[in-house]
Amino acid sequence: MTVFFAAAGMGQRVRGRALVAKDGFSARYDLDRVRGVFSRPQHKLAGESYVGRVLILDAAKGGVATAWMLYEMKARGVMPAALVLNAVNPIMAQGAALADFTMISGFDVDITLAVRNGAEVEVDPTGERPCLRLV
Amino acid sequence: MRLTQEEMAMQAGDHGPAVQWAIDHQIRVGRYLGAEDFVPVSQAHIMADTESLGLAGVEWLERMAALPAPQRRVRIPTISDPRGTDFAAAHRLKQASWMIDLEQRAITAFEALGVLMTNTCINYQTIMPPVRGEHVAYGDTGVVIYSNSVCGARSNFEGGPSALSAGLTGRTPRYGFHLDARRAATLVIDVSFTPRDLGDWGALGGIVGRLAGDYWQVPALVGIDRVPGSDEMKHFGAALASYGSVALFHMVGVTPEAQRADDVIRAGQTLRRYAVGEADIRALQASYREGIDKVDVVVFSAPQLSLVEMGQLADMLDGRRATIPLFAVTSPQVKPDADRMGLTARIEAAGGLVLSGMCFYQSYAREMAEANGWQRLATNSAKLTNILGGYGYRPALLSMEACVAAACADGKLAS
Repeated sequence: MTVFFAAAGMGQRVRGRALVAKDGFSARYDLDRVRGVFSRPQHKLAGESYVGRVLILDAAKGGVATAWMLYEMKARGVMPAALVLNAVNPIMAQGAALADFTMISGFDVDITLAVRNGAEVEVDPTGERPCLRLV
Repeated sequence: MRLTQEEMAMQAGDHGPAVQWAIDHQIRVGRYLGAEDFVPVSQAHIMADTESLGLAGVEWLERMAALPAPQRRVRIPTISDPRGTDFAAAHRLKQASWMIDLEQRAITAFEALGVLMTNTCINYQTIMPPVRGEHVAYGDTGVVIYSNSVCGARSNFEGGPSALSAGLTGRTPRYGFHLDARRAATLVIDVSFTPRDLGDWGALGGIVGRLAGDYWQVPALVGIDRVPGSDEMKHFGAALASYGSVALFHMVGVTPEAQRADDVIRAGQTLRRYAVGEADIRALQASYREGIDKVDVVVFSAPQLSLVEMGQLADMLDGRRATIPLFAVTSPQVKPDADRMGLTARIEAAGGLVLSGMCFYQSYAREMAEANGWQRLATNSAKLTNILGGYGYRPALLSMEACVAAACADGKLAS
């Protein structure tokens, strides 16, 4: 089983189908949170549903709104299963902490190139070393 | 994280459940981001519009606001970012009554927590600018980047829950830009063209943000040939933070921590280096103009307009008539001065509408577009341009003058 270790993680262990792009992530800038799709036309996942998917993206982008929005998305159940990033910003950590949402970040490789879009993956932030496993 | 006796008491619930939740939240964030301890902060600034909070977030705030008064009050000056509406003009924006009701519930909850409802993203121009070396916990990326870079203060991006936590505990995890080591430059931008207007400054910020790439990058600009004013720094920083999620920049010879290049570029260090000139700025602006020859609405917002910007806009509108909606969005601190000095009256006599205490993209922008039939939008804010694409708009990034000209020509853009 291929395993990619991350520098940091929080939340519970989850399993799901990967939605992968070499692009950034901001809940405010990139998402139509009512429909559960990427809505910014320039985003590489424009039009794709993120609901229940393990989002694997490059870097946290944009402003501070995501810190509230993850909680609001979770309350409505229109939510990714987990967020996996090469580079995190504080807002993602703050939002994941409020929403009790699964997130890991910081890899020795570019995780957006290491995981195939559509692959079945397990995200495990609960161990001594947070990791992503290809299932 | 190392905790003091007081912090352990907070964690144990000795200061009540709100403070206990707050310090737990901060410890989780601090551990994730490698903080070793806490740093006391003197001010907090909370971003919490209800489009972000949603019903779930407002109910979460209301549960905290229902605690006994001694257990729920912030312990340092804590102020608010723009709301999701200007109550006096909500009907003209065709905002639905449920949006207004939710905003009022959020305000009531924040007031119960002791938050000062300043409703502004330009507190560094209007409320209490932080001083060099002051540790603060600010939300709104534009506020953070200006405070860090222009004022020399120390803050990370503190989203609403974390800024509220800082208000309740009077501290924040010590990581990122609270640390000397994180404040050194990580890339250098050689600028061969000093922008002329606010739209150009925003475009330069957007370009540098894209080059920087992520939150932990600190660009140092070399070659700016004059000292930019506060509004120019405001638009530059807001766009840089928006496009790049960047929280700190240096401008060599201008900003306080970079009087000389080697103040922020360590000796012997080879950094990524990029050249940016006027052609790059025009290319970014042109990329948003593509295919747009007419706009439905003109918006000056993000950040809120200073009194000086309000004056500039009033001057440009004198003797003219906007024939499509034109909005000038400012802070509740600037608005009374604009009223008293006749600026509001001049803008509105020309067909504009002055809005206060909100920001356009934080005000249910998608729903406003659908209710009003807006799609194509002109603005001089690069930050707004970057955000609104995801809300279904086609934004054009123009100068303030070109925006006014479009508003007075039924939305037609000059070729």
